[in-house]
Amino acid sequence: MSYVLNTLEDQRAMLAAIGVSSIEELFSKIPPSLLLKRPLQVPPALSEIELTAQLYQLARRNRSAGEAVCFLGGGAYDHFIPAVVDAVAGRSEFYTAYTPYQAEASQGSLQAFFEFQTIICQLTGLDVANASLYEGGSAVAESVLMARSIQPKRHKVLVAASVHPEYRQTLATYTANLDLHIQTLPVPGGFLDPGELKKAIDGQTLCVLVQHPNFFGCLEEPEALANIAHQAGALFLVSFDPISLGLLKRPGQYGADIAVAEGQCLGNPMSYGGPYLGLLACRAEYVRKMPGRLVGQTVDRRGRRCWVLTLQTREQHIRREKATSNICTNQGLMALRATVFLAALGPQGLRDTADLCTRKAHYAAERLTQLPGVRLRFDRPFFKEFALHVDQAVPPLLAGLLDKGYHAGLHLGRWYPELENCFSVAVTEKRTCMEIDGLVSALASQCAGVCNGVPASQALNERVEQDIHG
Amino acid sequence: MDKNQSTELLFELSHPGRRTHHLPECDVPIDNPLPTSALADTPPPLPEVGEIDLVRHFVNLSTRNMSIDTNFYPLGSCTMKYNPKRHERLAAHPGLADLHPLQSEDSCQGMLAILWEMQNILAEIAGLDAVSLQPAAGAQGELTALLIAAAYFRDKGENRSRVLIPDSAHGTNPASAALAGFDAVSVKSNSRGLVDLDDLRTKLDERAAVFMITNPNTLGLFDDQIAIITELLHQKGALVYLDGANMNAILGITRPGDFGADMMHYNIHKTFTGPHGAGGPGAGPIAVRKQLVPFLPTPLVARSGERFFLDYDRPKSIGRVRSFFGNVGILLRGWLYIRTLGPQGLRQVSENAVLNANYLLSRLKGTYDVPHGERCMHEFVASARALKRERKISAMDIGKRLLDFGFHAPTVYFPLVVPEALMIEPTETESKETLDAFADALLRICKEDADFLHEAPHELALSRPDEVKAAKEPVLRWQADSEL
Repeated sequence: MSYVLNTLEDQRAMLAAIGVSSIEELFSKIPPSLLLKRPLQVPPALSEIELTAQLYQLARRNRSAGEAVCFLGGGAYDHFIPAVVDAVAGRSEFYTAYTPYQAEASQGSLQAFFEFQTIICQLTGLDVANASLYEGGSAVAESVLMARSIQPKRHKVLVAASVHPEYRQTLATYTANLDLHIQTLPVPGGFLDPGELKKAIDGQTLCVLVQHPNFFGCLEEPEALANIAHQAGALFLVSFDPISLGLLKRPGQYGADIAVAEGQCLGNPMSYGGPYLGLLACRAEYVRKMPGRLVGQTVDRRGRRCWVLTLQTREQHIRREKATSNICTNQGLMALRATVFLAALGPQGLRDTADLCTRKAHYAAERLTQLPGVRLRFDRPFFKEFALHVDQAVPPLLAGLLDKGYHAGLHLGRWYPELENCFSVAVTEKRTCMEIDGLVSALASQCAGVCNGVPASQALNERVEQDIHG
Repeated sequence: MDKNQSTELLFELSHPGRRTHHLPECDVPIDNPLPTSALADTPPPLPEVGEIDLVRHFVNLSTRNMSIDTNFYPLGSCTMKYNPKRHERLAAHPGLADLHPLQSEDSCQGMLAILWEMQNILAEIAGLDAVSLQPAAGAQGELTALLIAAAYFRDKGENRSRVLIPDSAHGTNPASAALAGFDAVSVKSNSRGLVDLDDLRTKLDERAAVFMITNPNTLGLFDDQIAIITELLHQKGALVYLDGANMNAILGITRPGDFGADMMHYNIHKTFTGPHGAGGPGAGPIAVRKQLVPFLPTPLVARSGERFFLDYDRPKSIGRVRSFFGNVGILLRGWLYIRTLGPQGLRQVSENAVLNANYLLSRLKGTYDVPHGERCMHEFVASARALKRERKISAMDIGKRLLDFGFHAPTVYFPLVVPEALMIEPTETESKETLDAFADALLRICKEDADFLHEAPHELALSRPDEVKAAKEPVLRWQADSEL
């Protein structure tokens, strides 16, 4: 089965028209010594019925957010996705189209991306937004590269340790061979103390990067940090949580020069890490330094309003090694989903969502910290996620909670050795009071040392190999 | 495709007080405790639209696109093949779509089993030793591989500063090289459209880290000098990178590792039919040879007995090029595709992609210039240079006029080495009837009046947009009258 329509008869007619006698002859330019002389060693073909059965069997080896209550965060969240998002994104005229280079045949996508750019400007309070990047981590890296091209004579990048560890790793990898010095600023109190920034910043600093709310869920002090950055002539870059902007001040209001985000929370399933989308917005004066595609409004020959990809002289297919970025494919379909999601919520829906997240997270924190030995790790205001400190080893605790039906949190010691006894808990608008109370009871029994045995979840591992090869 | 939709924007439909999505009442006894200094006075000024208006708006927009599901889309270098519906249904299964990227390994063994198998399958198709599924798209795959090359030479104590790239390459190649800290050096094509070996020899010395080759190349030609090229590079201690954009031509026929490539990327959204999504998402896994495996990004999926796990213990790794595992939803569709096809099906893909392209070439070559030969792989590049010279008809005119016939335009003006290029890739999923109808349209168009063609398209809702105006006076977002 290969979705090929050519019958043997078609093939014969086509070969005759070409003037060759066999399909093999069409490959005669490949030196015979390089031809593969055996079939590929890949599993045998499956019918749709068999494929479906096998996939369902494999899916049963997973415990999704629908099967265990999800309190996991760290950049990907179990937010609700209204059905209209799937209905629109499921239109195959959108999802089977290519990048809209042929404007006359792509006005649907182009207008949707123009609306996406507008909606991200409305969300962030900044002047321009591009048509999306891959995801939150590479968006952070791209924002620093963009800052570097705005300030080519400066080489120092100051990054708060409260920025997502995987975003910081991505930044380090992207810039490994460039003339940049990345300095990580410690956050002992769970946020970047403006005093610490003041000490570290100097005339060589090209930008300051923070995440607000940060990886622990804590609020930073973005206005104070932006002021310090600007006084030193550095750009202020922020990675934000789009849902938080239902309540919190917008990056454009507190002085961000470039704002980036992970856009998964805007109507995209968690899907084990992707596809998501990166958001990038900035002040108008930096538009020609932006990475990625931009859609612009114009008119056709009869004066009708329409949209095209524009300012392409920034991009790799025109500028090659002098491009602002190497990005080509972006995350068009996810940008469409984000647009429909934000339009479905509107201002009040976004505010309600952010409000529910905050109140439920604080309710959870209040109840959980009433348990003996459980306390908040940081004494800071937080949005929808918070760090807990416990008196026992975290990995077995989380495994035990999973057995009780809860994806309870992320072990922070994995990224921060000093937080070995801590885990973060994220609470979205989907979580109910009953689910939160259930987590509290489960943690209570766990803390009482009820379950020290082998987690029953290991049963899930059995015979996966057998399933996959049928 | 609808021709007469209004172009009203979402924001112009906004009506205060309307809304699509409503949230439940708060069920926890707690007020919002955030400090007022952190709060905005009002929420962002998003549009306010009711559900039917929202749905109508976007469904009407969708009808203003050409897409694979509505039109033949022979866009060269993009592999616009059919996207099977079963992939959409299965990838949306909650047991896969609702997995958190950081949930425990024990709670996603089924997903890890799929990803582990995908790593192995892609290594086998490449003829290479190991695969990272992390890169989000082809360009990020290129960057990842070049960062690996830099780390590899650093580890060996060698200082190599150059990446050599044929002039027919995709623009992402030199852009990725620059980002990875290398100087991009262009290598000429010869009169056959292949790598000019003399020019390669001139530019190849101990400074060369990597030669990036697309094979089959962007002219749709398999470079039969490939064994010589890879040997030249290896003699100088350099690595060969294969841009896998054109893998659709060689699945199960020949393998990059067997012809001397040391690393490569796949475009899952091309070869393995992830829907293009109007510009993404894609997925750009890379495959590498043994000596480069320690430098692959973390994590890789590994297996210990019956248990799958994410291997982070890789001290020489370059790190990561994105957060979380990768574009899993797209990788999953690629896996579903490969599992549907099996070994024979994969080979049939390439056989028929090449057959379809050569058939179309045979129908057009008497009328259009095809500067690089009688035969092609999965695509070919025709040229409108004679039409341009004699009748002032450009590749752009032809592309735009094709839209009137219900065909998406080919890729135009790429590769840069062919003047007035029309790059045509029919893919294996099209029928002979469709190819004939497309050829008939092209044969008719070149006889049409030049002035008529300059004004094409004629049958669509829109005529040609003013791109100069768009770039000179950029309007990149809608603004309320009060903001202007």
